[in-house]
Amino acid sequence: MNWISTFLKSSIGKKLLMGLTGLFLCTFLIVHLTGNLQLLKHDGGLAFNTYAVFMTTNPLIKFVSYGLYAIILFHAFWGLYLVAQNRKARPVQYAAYDGKANSKWSSRWMGVLGTIILAFLVLHMWNFWAQYKFGTVPYTQYERNLATGEVSFSPFTGEIKGKMEKFVDNQSGLEITIVKDLYIVVADGFKAGWLVLIYIISMAALSFHLVHGFSSAFQTLGVNNKKYNALIQNIGVGVFGIIIPILFAIMPVYFLFLN
Amino acid sequence: MKINLKVWRQKNNKAKGELKDYKVDHVSPDMSFLEMFDVLNEDLITKGDDPITFDHDCREGICGSCSMHINGRPHGPLAGVTTCQLHMRSFSDGDTIVVEPWRAGAFPVNKDLSVDRSAFDRIIASGGFISVNTGNAQDANNLPIGKEQADEAFMSAACIGCGACVAACKNASAMLFVSAKVSQLALLPQGQPEAKMRVMAMVNQMDAEGFGSCTNTGACSAECPKGIDLSNIARMNREFFSANLLGK
Repeated sequence: MNWISTFLKSSIGKKLLMGLTGLFLCTFLIVHLTGNLQLLKHDGGLAFNTYAVFMTTNPLIKFVSYGLYAIILFHAFWGLYLVAQNRKARPVQYAAYDGKANSKWSSRWMGVLGTIILAFLVLHMWNFWAQYKFGTVPYTQYERNLATGEVSFSPFTGEIKGKMEKFVDNQSGLEITIVKDLYIVVADGFKAGWLVLIYIISMAALSFHLVHGFSSAFQTLGVNNKKYNALIQNIGVGVFGIIIPILFAIMPVYFLFLN
Repeated sequence: MKINLKVWRQKNNKAKGELKDYKVDHVSPDMSFLEMFDVLNEDLITKGDDPITFDHDCREGICGSCSMHINGRPHGPLAGVTTCQLHMRSFSDGDTIVVEPWRAGAFPVNKDLSVDRSAFDRIIASGGFISVNTGNAQDANNLPIGKEQADEAFMSAACIGCGACVAACKNASAMLFVSAKVSQLALLPQGQPEAKMRVMAMVNQMDAEGFGSCTNTGACSAECPKGIDLSNIARMNREFFSANLLGK
């Protein structure tokens, strides 16, 4: 088994770990975005709150989420360690260094962009994950008319078991859902313009990080073939650099103007 | 032309260096960058000063000796040329040009602009060769190699080992050089018997020399006077994975 540690300690092994964890985090972004887009449904947060309960109670998802936290921390701190190692390789810096002449800005600032994203993640977890888990979050009762699909909702003041109760009232034809209301935490949180601004800046950092990071991971994995390079580049820039960060950034802006 | 120079002067490996100002008058636009340094050195010698040490040999862009970091870029502002092939017509009258040695922990400064690139030699010695019996060369046609394959191997073999890739890389990584030397043999049948041993040994030696690791910025390839492609690094990674995961 000695060969595994020798392999992972080599310069190529070290960056393979960066590339693989990075690509895993890219797939997580897609899942996270799909879930969060429920925020934009006009149902007072029913779909989003149901999704939040699923994500925090499903045993498989819980298991994966702990792996995710570990991988985020590993990717961040391994990256910072590698930046420090690479700086050591040039003990005396150039007096004149024209980086922009031969490489893209985003590729040279991955460490800084990643640090901005890490700082954002701490804030983001505090804003929502910690509030949902440890804070006082109100409950809301949703009544969905099974015939018309119309949803009405009102604050719920009683007590329920767990985060959600769902039942159908046959007499009135209503599906009633009482659920811990993370939606209202989100909607209230983004009333603050400065928070929205921080989120937008962070998504810009994410964009530049992924414009380089996505295609770079494939190069590290040894995938560099004229047949696929354009496709990988386009997915990296188009999907991970533009579409995903913009869709994420739309949410805080939406709530800022909704309020 | 009149040129102002800021040149790195350093007595030896241990001494502390600094940028010194020089003025060179009567520079012809047709002079090469190194010829401009020859003129300056003649002048310094006449004055009894210590001439500036810099590496050079063929002055035809094929030996890989010259190694100046000019205005923040290895081999200066032009693409696809070495310092000896850079001419003063690429600059304007009155320009101030900053000239530094390659900067990397693995390339210690010998003196002034000359750096010790023997780390590259040790990497080649660790595995950048094929073992063949001595005697007459066998008939070339005994070993059929496709044209495209041969061309690709030749593109990798075009590396002259000047070290501009290391100089350009923000991490002082030698991966473009090592990958070209791995690729030129990995692409040909002669390289196959020792392929796994080779890539393991060369990567190990590269790491031991203290080069940084690649973050795929592409600066190396952009500054390479021979246009060595980044696909070489991907190939080296594949060779390295296969040697580690599938080798004995």
